[in-house]
Amino acid sequence: MATEFHNLQELRHSASLANKVFIQRDYSEGTTCRFQTKFPSELESRIERKLFEDTVKTLNNYYTEAEKIGGQSYLEGCLACSTAYLIFLCMETRYEKVLKKISKYIQEQNEKIFAPRGLLITDPIERGMRVIEISIYEDRGSSGSSSGSSSVSGSTAR
Amino acid sequence: MKNCEYQQIDPRALSVLPQSAHNNTEKTVQRSRRKWEVFPGKNRFFCDGRIILPSQSGVLPLTLGLIVVTCGLFFAFDCPFLVKHLTVFIPVIGGALFVFVVFSLLRTSFTDPGILPRATPDEAADIEKQIDTSGSSTYRPPPRTKEILINQQVVKLKYCFTCKMFRPPRTSHCSLCDNCVERFDHHCPWVGNCVGKRNYRFFYSFIISLSFLTSFIFGCVITHITLRSQEGKSLVQSIQESPASVVELVICFFSIWSILGLSGFHTYLIASNLTTNEDIKGSWSSKRCAEESGNPYSYNSIITNCCATLCGPMPPSLIDRRGFLSLDEAIPAVSASEIELPPFTVKSDAHMCTQSTKDVLERMVHSYDVHGLCPPATPKTTPLDLEVSGPAAASSEPSLSAGCLPQDARQPVAPPCPPFSRSYKRRDSLHSINPAFRLASPSPSLSRTTFILGDAPDNGFIPLP
Repeated sequence: MATEFHNLQELRHSASLANKVFIQRDYSEGTTCRFQTKFPSELESRIERKLFEDTVKTLNNYYTEAEKIGGQSYLEGCLACSTAYLIFLCMETRYEKVLKKISKYIQEQNEKIFAPRGLLITDPIERGMRVIEISIYEDRGSSGSSSGSSSVSGSTAR
Repeated sequence: MKNCEYQQIDPRALSVLPQSAHNNTEKTVQRSRRKWEVFPGKNRFFCDGRIILPSQSGVLPLTLGLIVVTCGLFFAFDCPFLVKHLTVFIPVIGGALFVFVVFSLLRTSFTDPGILPRATPDEAADIEKQIDTSGSSTYRPPPRTKEILINQQVVKLKYCFTCKMFRPPRTSHCSLCDNCVERFDHHCPWVGNCVGKRNYRFFYSFIISLSFLTSFIFGCVITHITLRSQEGKSLVQSIQESPASVVELVICFFSIWSILGLSGFHTYLIASNLTTNEDIKGSWSSKRCAEESGNPYSYNSIITNCCATLCGPMPPSLIDRRGFLSLDEAIPAVSASEIELPPFTVKSDAHMCTQSTKDVLERMVHSYDVHGLCPPATPKTTPLDLEVSGPAAASSEPSLSAGCLPQDARQPVAPPCPPFSRSYKRRDSLHSINPAFRLASPSPSLSRTTFILGDAPDNGFIPLP
């Protein structure tokens, strides 16, 4: 997976997955990709509200940039249409460029902010852009004390 | 059905399914598999996942054949005459249109229409939890819809039982491809693919260019015949001179109306930013939502709507079919689509209790079935059958009575699982019945049980009290 660096891999091995939090999409402004900035209660003891909100807002801005309908997208569309859409086979669209930026940004955020707090963000593209998945990790020693919900027992059972 | 909707995801039940176990072993053998190899929808993949096709191509070969044959006849029999008498631009324009039509048709057919990947087991469990907590504790299963506001308009999201998620707005599940498709327009049999978010522009350029091509050929063929008949021959004579023109004329005449109609219809849809699906359902028509009608996705300007649909940024494919499966994710990804749980994993209440009893009965009978079948050549003699039915009935009877305890129906029933699962596997290898199908429809389990019980004495089964 693209989002995982070597040291993030280490986090996965040294700690056990305790829970997963899913940030759902915000459709209030149409079907463009946006995620809810509501702070999930599960993360309260883990991360400052502001850090989390900043990350989600930045991600939303990236997606807005990718899906912006403007001069550049028109130009791209017309160019593609005039070549019977064959240009898409060899050209990288702006959307794809932004997606690369996003996955880089998520890697960075994971390394700097989330991994030290035992959290990991999964790139939404890997979850069909429906959710931002945040995995909560716990040290192996204290994992027994975690509260057991159905999803917890489900994810640790495997 | 009711019961089926109320199920919770429990990965423990995976062990019951022989298929997931089979995949499990496969995974350990060859590690680097690509995601398309385990794609749950009904799609076919070629060139190591580069090309995606639906399971049936529909009449795509016919479409392609008609276009190629008509154009071939046109270039072979009409163009030489028209070039001699009119201009060389006729085959040039015709050729350009033909190439455009064929490429956009192929692009429409071979592009992922905007398939949404199914929810991972964790995500499904999270959604399940949300539904569970929001729903009341009454007997009725909680509603599987979610209401959200889009541009100050209430839109209902439906839960997709196959993909285990709430379908995003404008998404619909295509039963032919077994996928949720974003901005689902329709499943086009002529193109042999769903038309959705990612290939709608290809589809539109296909039908527009095809209507131009058909009109062009139609016009040229009529000109051809007219010019020939003007040379002093009768109409019948000139037709006899170029019989291919008649074939083209017939094909064009019958197709041009539907193609022009379709182009007009889709132009209207694009201008109002609708999909065929929404238009047919009348989702935003003034009758349905009287208080505040209108399409919430529309930009309220025809030009912006057109540009957004046709020239908007090209969204990426979400199914990452060439990506490699990571090992920890591989197993649940496969089985997620097949998780259909036996009813006893659901919370214990009186109804569930009887359900679990039924299930135990059923399972026991199944397992017994296998025991009876195991020595295939053995004639059905009473001593052997008695020997078999003895332990089977004994082992299940305590769990039967225990299963009805009100505290937790799950604990007592769970232990018999492993031995039964083995028998399931064997039974399936013998009968090749899909177990997921049987587990997926728990509600008729009573009738099924009685049916099997009715059958059972053939194998020397002594019915339970």
